[in-house]
Amino acid sequence: MMEREKSDRIRREKTVWQEEVSQMKQRNEPFSTVSGQPIEALYTPLDLGDFDCEKDLGFPGSYPYTRGVQANMYRGRLWTMRQFSGFGDAFDSNRRYRYLLEQGQTGLSVAFDMPTIMGYDSDHERSLGEVGRCGVAIDSLEDMEVLFDQISVDKVTTSMTINGPAAILWCMYLANAEKQGISLSRVGGTIQNDILKEYIAQKSWIFPPEPSMRLITDIFAFAADHVPQWNTISISGYHIREAGSTAVQELAFTLADGFAYIEAGIKAGLDVDRFAPRLSFFFNAHIDFFEEICKYRAARRIWARRMKERYGAKDPRSLKLRFHTQTAGCSLAAREPENNIVRTTLEALSAVMGGTQSLHTNSMDEVMALPTEKAVKIALRTQQVIAYESGVANTIDPLAGSYFIEALTDQMEAEAEAYFNKIDNLGGVLNAIDCGFFQQEIADAAYTYQRAVDNCERIVVGVNCYNNGEPQQIELLKIDPSVEEKQVGRLRRLREKRENDTINRCLENLKKCAAGSDNLIPKILEAVKVYATEGEIVAALKEVFGEYKEKPIF
Amino acid sequence: MNSRKIRVLVAKPGLDGHDRGAKVVARGLRDAGMEVIYTGLHQTPEQVAETALQEDVDVVGLSILSGAHMTLTPRIKKLLQKNGMNDVLLLVGGIVSEEDAAELLKSGCADQVFTPGEPLDKITGYIREAINGR
Repeated sequence: MMEREKSDRIRREKTVWQEEVSQMKQRNEPFSTVSGQPIEALYTPLDLGDFDCEKDLGFPGSYPYTRGVQANMYRGRLWTMRQFSGFGDAFDSNRRYRYLLEQGQTGLSVAFDMPTIMGYDSDHERSLGEVGRCGVAIDSLEDMEVLFDQISVDKVTTSMTINGPAAILWCMYLANAEKQGISLSRVGGTIQNDILKEYIAQKSWIFPPEPSMRLITDIFAFAADHVPQWNTISISGYHIREAGSTAVQELAFTLADGFAYIEAGIKAGLDVDRFAPRLSFFFNAHIDFFEEICKYRAARRIWARRMKERYGAKDPRSLKLRFHTQTAGCSLAAREPENNIVRTTLEALSAVMGGTQSLHTNSMDEVMALPTEKAVKIALRTQQVIAYESGVANTIDPLAGSYFIEALTDQMEAEAEAYFNKIDNLGGVLNAIDCGFFQQEIADAAYTYQRAVDNCERIVVGVNCYNNGEPQQIELLKIDPSVEEKQVGRLRRLREKRENDTINRCLENLKKCAAGSDNLIPKILEAVKVYATEGEIVAALKEVFGEYKEKPIF
Repeated sequence: MNSRKIRVLVAKPGLDGHDRGAKVVARGLRDAGMEVIYTGLHQTPEQVAETALQEDVDVVGLSILSGAHMTLTPRIKKLLQKNGMNDVLLLVGGIVSEEDAAELLKSGCADQVFTPGEPLDKITGYIREAINGR
């Protein structure tokens, strides 16, 4: 707190300054963030209220971790450059992964196709036309072996964007690691495994909430005992933001989901410090530079405070919010696609200034197709330029102490807390999903934003202004239509050569386990090891668990 | 003068769950005075064609972001024709390359394709003109 005299002085000076500014010309534009948050022309010490740098910031690697989760941050090790990638069949994607690793990428991130995400095999009728289109098609352990051919899974960590059937794809990854002769205790990576945000925003679900939450807590427990270096969940705001939310909604809904998982784990009988250290997060880096930085800083502080105060976590690792960031796909434009490189650069920079642990930079062509090799290389180089040339990684949390940054961080924290209260009053996250609360909030925000763009209140360069240029053509990646046929053929041959009696027995055991309350992971692992397909395992579980249905609203 | 409101089915065929665009467009069309029916997610082509028939719509807008548009659009077009809905306006929105868009238009599978960044007014204007011009 400032002395009274000093703050009075600043207040008087501010009044004089405001008087002067009010006589001056002002641009006719809303001065607000991309989320519609009004921003002042100037921030001064007066905006800090009772901000206390010891209580509210601390040191990096120390409670409440506002400045970062590691004491040395990027001075020790840069963030992991992890490009989300996958297309065609396992052979195609394996080639792309090895290319990316050769280019200096430091971690892998698997994008699956829609049938894999939704739990259908490539030869299912619902998979027609979707195989290998927006990610890689994986049906069985055989495909997983091809996907990681010549890649040692103890040398790289792998993130897998998979939710409804996360347990199955994870088991395939673990089974493949064992086949490579690598002990599970040395395998590191992440599964997204965040079903709550699927119901809220991304909409790729399979089972209803209750059995889905059980699968998740089974994964927490199994990993704690057998795969200690695995991030068992990546609690994701990314998709909430892409679906149209504001930055505060992304922050609040994601953390609310995080607390729901903590409560589910505790309810399943796990000690909070046994599973909380392996929870990780995933945020969006949208175009509004400072708002994003404040979002990451607020997220770390809120998580640490709640974990300590409400859930009684004692292990410092349980208090640290570690996160991956991806630049905002929804901020990119199909017109003049090369401008997207610039947007992505700004977004990536905010993630780095906000202390991300890993980063995906979108390629300029991703509004039209999966990226070409050239486009993804530029995207990776963008991170490398930020890391090695810009100098921003030299010092930790460089914007700390800025009146604006600290005031906005505080404000976003307060607004997130208001949302937590609202969600509590609705009876928690699952009830709020059930009554469409999140879905309506996000749909409203998306519509408000689109209206603002359409009537040019919000400028998108090359889209609603300066858009008289010639249409630009860039080269796009094409998925060979024969991929589907090839994948279906491989799957059929697998079904012929494997021991189908053993598989049926495994699936029966799995169903029995699903109907009871034992941990499901050992049974799923057993089934994938004998080459039961993802679709077969999902179908067996659906028999017991049923399927989720959403009431469509707009 | 036809006073009936233009009836639009906004449909999400296929497996992808990206419904931001579908919902924003559905709301924009409703605010522009059209009657909008939204199918919800994960619809089969058969379900889309059946709903279009049941709801007696003038326009079907497909939202596809999974890359399956070259398979799903022709199938839906064929099923609509089978239902006798030959003159229903069929629009596609989503992640569609220019090349694919040109092919969908040329083969007559789609009447128009809209990609990310199109203003709502352009879509509502296009529909009004196409339907009232009949």
